[in-house]
Amino acid sequence: MLLLIPLLPFVGFLINAFLGRRLSKSISGGIACLAIIGSFVVSVISILSLLSSGAVSAEVTAFDWMSSGDLQIPLRFRLDHLASLMILVVTGIGSLIHIYSTGYMHEESDPEYARYFSYLNLFAAFMLVLVLGANFPVMFVGWEGVGLCSYLLIGFWFTKKSAADAGKKAFIVNRIGDFGFILGMLLVFVTFGSLDFQEVAAAAAQRAPEAGTWGVMTIATLLLFVGATGKSAQIPLYVWLPDAMEGPTPVSALIHAATMVTAGVYMIGRNAVLFEHAPTTLAIVAAIGVATALMAGTIGLVQNDIKRVLAYSTVSQLGYMFLAMGVGAYAAGIFHLYTHAFFKALLFLGSGAVIHALAGEQDIRNMGGLKKYLPITYWTFVVGALAIAGFPLLSGFFSKDEILFRTFTADTPGHLLFYAIAIVTSLLTATYMFRLVFLTFHGERRHDAPAPEHPEEQEPVTVADAHGGHAPAHGAHAPAHAVASPAPVLSPHGGHGHGHGGGHDHTPHEAPWSMAIPLILLAVGSVVAGYVGVPHALGGNNRIESFLEPSFEAGAAAGHETAAPAASEAHEPEAAHADVGTERTLMALSVGIALAGIGLAWYFWLANRRVVEGITSAFAPVHRLLLNKYYVDELYDAAIVQPVKKISTGALWKGVDAGLIDGTVNGVGLAVSGAGTGLRRLQTGSVRTYAFALFAGAISILAYYLFS
Amino acid sequence: MVPLNSYLILSGILFAIGTAGVFLRRNLITVLLSIEIMLNAVNLSFVAIGRYLGSVDGQIITFFVMTVAAAEAAVGLALVIALFRHRETLSPDAYTSLKW
Repeated sequence: MLLLIPLLPFVGFLINAFLGRRLSKSISGGIACLAIIGSFVVSVISILSLLSSGAVSAEVTAFDWMSSGDLQIPLRFRLDHLASLMILVVTGIGSLIHIYSTGYMHEESDPEYARYFSYLNLFAAFMLVLVLGANFPVMFVGWEGVGLCSYLLIGFWFTKKSAADAGKKAFIVNRIGDFGFILGMLLVFVTFGSLDFQEVAAAAAQRAPEAGTWGVMTIATLLLFVGATGKSAQIPLYVWLPDAMEGPTPVSALIHAATMVTAGVYMIGRNAVLFEHAPTTLAIVAAIGVATALMAGTIGLVQNDIKRVLAYSTVSQLGYMFLAMGVGAYAAGIFHLYTHAFFKALLFLGSGAVIHALAGEQDIRNMGGLKKYLPITYWTFVVGALAIAGFPLLSGFFSKDEILFRTFTADTPGHLLFYAIAIVTSLLTATYMFRLVFLTFHGERRHDAPAPEHPEEQEPVTVADAHGGHAPAHGAHAPAHAVASPAPVLSPHGGHGHGHGGGHDHTPHEAPWSMAIPLILLAVGSVVAGYVGVPHALGGNNRIESFLEPSFEAGAAAGHETAAPAASEAHEPEAAHADVGTERTLMALSVGIALAGIGLAWYFWLANRRVVEGITSAFAPVHRLLLNKYYVDELYDAAIVQPVKKISTGALWKGVDAGLIDGTVNGVGLAVSGAGTGLRRLQTGSVRTYAFALFAGAISILAYYLFS
Repeated sequence: MVPLNSYLILSGILFAIGTAGVFLRRNLITVLLSIEIMLNAVNLSFVAIGRYLGSVDGQIITFFVMTVAAAEAAVGLALVIALFRHRETLSPDAYTSLKW
């Protein structure tokens, strides 16, 4: 039964990959949706049977994958509570995004459409393998597989150079992280003699936590964390995620917001016992998480591309999850992962609906006033924004406050500093999300912004068309619009490049139902998803935490009493009562922060835009620094890419390849031909000379026999 | 009875004359004739040694050599005629185009 969960999307992939060219859109899209929905149904059934059986986990071994001496690696899937939550997110939100995609990608040609859905199904299959894998290598198969699908989908419109480059960047940056993951995996095997998660956890639980010194578990977990920084876009490997927005928007929602990028968080949760025994690593995880959250939040504040703002927001929220992991609040981290999947998928799909409505426009300076044209998109987007900002009683509020509270009460060194940074980030989150809402949906329609810095997301076919229509109109109308344009202006963006044929009006149009329904469902999810984890302080009992707890303990398989995790969790009930007051205070503080953030955004970008321009020009260097993303891309380019290129060109290409290898090959050739040039002088063509040589030879042989 | 040494010396002299002819003469027909002289010098020593040892082997080999020499003369003369038609000269130094 468990095998079916990843297998169904894989079958969908095979059908669309091999037969998709001949299938019409409704069939290939239908197959893909059926495959993922089927997988969702099977997941629900499996989880229900797991829960009713009362067991901690259920597992299925497909076959022995590798067997060599001590190394036994079965292809085994294991479903426990942590994996249950993840597969529900992957298949559930995945299904919604598949359905949304049938609308969003409708203008692709049939083979392209089938190719898109085959990749999407393949991604779902690999993601489920990653989540369900019972040991490191099986997880790694999924880990690499989702990386591959991410590459394929970022570069889906590969005729556009920026998309192809972004795909390569994602793949290469991930490869660096994967290298760390492999090393960590090897170290785990060498240390514990096993790669099965439960066995490793049981073996690790036997050991005392490594304090201070750099023990083997610290190094192993750090290496694994390097893998997590690559996959989950944390400092220093986060640079690929903003560029990944070159892919189609549903892909950004599914892969680069809801599922794949959370794999690193999931991996740490999966190895919670191991990480628990390496406090140094945990401190580093928390520090990197909170630093990433702050940095991405500040960048998100000034970006002008709607998807990039969301991308930096994702990086920032992932930073929160790592902060939670780092302070030992695994359940809180996974809880935030789960709520974030809802509201961030919602926000991305909402931005997709906006982009769709504006025929590929992504620059928020060219938006504004869309509220009346896109009511469904607007309201769902606002719900998502409220949820991510931590507005009370929405899902993000519960999970974010849980993280903040656990950070505040953690015993990690520097936890108060972490808490302070996290609170500032939370203010930033609310501000940049509502900046997005206000600039996109409120105010007047604008098309007076300078040309977008980033090429618009658009089907390659229609790019020329849209721009062709755009350019002349732009020049003519710009001054009029800049001052005060009556709302339903003919938008140069709206009408062109959209392939809807004649009679299409120039106002932005609301998303079709296939796109609107997932938006509404996700909005409902963003509201209610948090209620599985209502904290004690608000009279709930934080069911998600007790639900997930068995997955973070080693006892399940081996029955050992765990030292550290048990200790840290055991005080929970008593401590909870003592901390209720603190928690309520912190909660009030963060609600205040969220409202303040929204208020700031309202003041700056809706009520009083002059102020923002004043601030921007007053702090021009800071603004430029943020707009250019702290010049990290440039720094990496100068520090890593260029030296590597120089070494490759100067030493490896021109030195080793052209010099040494080509030199050897050509040298042998030259030596032979030189020798030939010399020796051919012997071939005079004169019969007399040959006869003499023959004679002399005969004489010499004769002499040799006569006189030796 | 003429001693064996006399035959061998005569054979050596003939062989030397033939060799000198091959290397020194500038006419292909003369060169062919010189080769015949060398072959006959060898024939002479075969026959003489065969007689000295009381065996017929020397004479048998000589017959073989004569047969081959006849064939060689035929082919050689045919080549010479072909070459003469080609270059209007019989000097071996004129035919050096088979080289690099």
